[in-house]
Amino acid sequence: MSKENMKAYWRENLKYLAILLSIWFLVSYVFGIFLVEQLNTIKIGGFKLGFWFAQQGSIYVFVILIIVYVKLMNTLDKKYGVHE
Amino acid sequence: MGILAWTWILVGISFALYIGIAIWARAGTSKEFYIAGGGVSPVMNGMATAADWMSAASFISLAGIVSFTGYDGAVYIMGWTGGYVLLALLLAPYLRKFGKFTVPDFIGDRYYSNTARIVAVVCALIVSFTYVAGQMRGVGIVFSRYLEVDIDTGVYIGMAIVLFYAVLGGMKGITYTQVAQYCVLIFAFMVPAIFISFQMTGNPIPQLGFGAAGEDGVYLLDKLDGLSRELGFTEYTSGSKSMIDVFAITFALMVGTAGLPHVIVRFFTVPKVKDARASAGWALFFIAILYSTVPAVAVFARTNLIETVSNSKYDELPQWFGNWEKTGLLKFEDKNADGIVQYVADKEINELTIDNDIMVLANPEIANLPNWVVALVGAGGLAAALSTAAGLLLVIASSISHDLIKKIINPNISEKGELLAARLSAGVAVLIAGYFGINPPGFVAAVVALAFGLAAASFFPAILLGIFDKRMNKEGAITGMIIGISLMLYYMLKFKFGIFDGGKDAVAGLAADWWFNFGKGGISPEGFGTVAMAVNFIVSVVVSRLTPAPPQHVQEIVEHIRIPSGVEAAQGAH
Repeated sequence: MSKENMKAYWRENLKYLAILLSIWFLVSYVFGIFLVEQLNTIKIGGFKLGFWFAQQGSIYVFVILIIVYVKLMNTLDKKYGVHE
Repeated sequence: MGILAWTWILVGISFALYIGIAIWARAGTSKEFYIAGGGVSPVMNGMATAADWMSAASFISLAGIVSFTGYDGAVYIMGWTGGYVLLALLLAPYLRKFGKFTVPDFIGDRYYSNTARIVAVVCALIVSFTYVAGQMRGVGIVFSRYLEVDIDTGVYIGMAIVLFYAVLGGMKGITYTQVAQYCVLIFAFMVPAIFISFQMTGNPIPQLGFGAAGEDGVYLLDKLDGLSRELGFTEYTSGSKSMIDVFAITFALMVGTAGLPHVIVRFFTVPKVKDARASAGWALFFIAILYSTVPAVAVFARTNLIETVSNSKYDELPQWFGNWEKTGLLKFEDKNADGIVQYVADKEINELTIDNDIMVLANPEIANLPNWVVALVGAGGLAAALSTAAGLLLVIASSISHDLIKKIINPNISEKGELLAARLSAGVAVLIAGYFGINPPGFVAAVVALAFGLAAASFFPAILLGIFDKRMNKEGAITGMIIGISLMLYYMLKFKFGIFDGGKDAVAGLAADWWFNFGKGGISPEGFGTVAMAVNFIVSVVVSRLTPAPPQHVQEIVEHIRIPSGVEAAQGAH
């Protein structure tokens, strides 16, 4: 694999990481902690939204994030021919 | 059939299963002993990681902690799941590509230095030993509560079982027993939760049930907020910790999870890089089943407890109250001698003391579930404690036999000799862990939560920078790890044990002095790992830029681990 290609592969990887980790931070720290009181004024069924993100929603998003990451990386590996 | 008989049967069957698996999955080579031959499927590894990760504390204590702290319990719910995102995205695939046996292996090779290796071994031993002592105690406690033997006998039985399959099977034996243990513990946790959710809300899915309304048409969470207010507690859905501390604890637990050697090493056992990524996803999926149920169980249990006990006549309380009073987990002291239980926030008036653990242990009885369900919880608690203990013991054993003996003291040791050394170290580690289980130093429970801070402050930055910063050198990483873990130890000793200010009794008074106090309270020792980790990062980067770049071959290692292809296919799948 050429140096150029390897750099491009790594850059795309870092881009994915930046996006996915921003979502990771958003659902847990922003929704679940920093804005919890504001979000708690919204109610969905019996759940206050901030509380729900802190004790339920963030977990589901975490699982989805890893699934998306696996899919993205498998495609990226193929694109650059670095899959096993 | 009674609860005791059911418990003996279920525990007996599950133990026979673990031993059977251990005999079937014996380790024949050191590679099988350290990383199960590298041939574990991603789903299996995910399950094993989940069991490895979820300890007696997750299974028995967590729901109770959330139950009594309400919103604040989210630090554990998010903290102990969000770390898997970091593991999957930032560490697991690259460490798998690197393809060695242990975490100190990576640190030692990446930082081309045996000093770095030794620092990593010491950190791994500190983290793992503090963690494992609590597990053995947990085994003893579950035995004593369910099988009416004393705690010490329980610890001996647990030691014998772990000794058998860890020494015989190594990672290979542990992996497949952990898979079985996951199945036992998740079944044991979910069955009562589903029963109770259906009973209280008509919805069998606990995750939805606790957002639903009870028979009286009032949303369960609103009712619990109301009950909490009436009794003088903080509203259930609001917290009482400062926001900066909630942030710091959650972050320290997430990063600590990603830095725990016994979790990381599980990702060395899968065949390929892409399996390591997928496997982290499976692990979190299996963990999420339990962790998303915990907040529901917490709400059901707290509501049930308040409604049954609060302002009831002591003589008319159900049978389970007396049963659990005997174990000391529930204490009633009739301060105003009116024969009625006053359960309120005000310590002067409150007459009821409740141990966290009771929320899971007694929940099935409180909800009047059949005896076999009650017994199942006992078997589940044992599975959770044993699986984590085994994973930790393996890290301790391989740190000694592989990282110290093979890599530093005697590199010429034969394959057979190394395997024997690994088995002996596992045996000795079980004995030491058992000793701490029987004679728990007063600080064990306190230190378990801090093991995460220690891992966050030492390993996480060193590994992350080793992958993402090609310029990181041994000077930076070693200084960072030493300063990070020392700072964490200092803060822990000062504010958790009060050793600089007159011992344990001074601890409560010191909370006002916690650092980073912006008016609403500072950062607790549990959350300080976040600060120590940040310091480690800064020190590492600064020192590395002032010292020579790492040699060419190390920079090539970094390039090599960044792409998945070119890994030697792992053989020896079971």
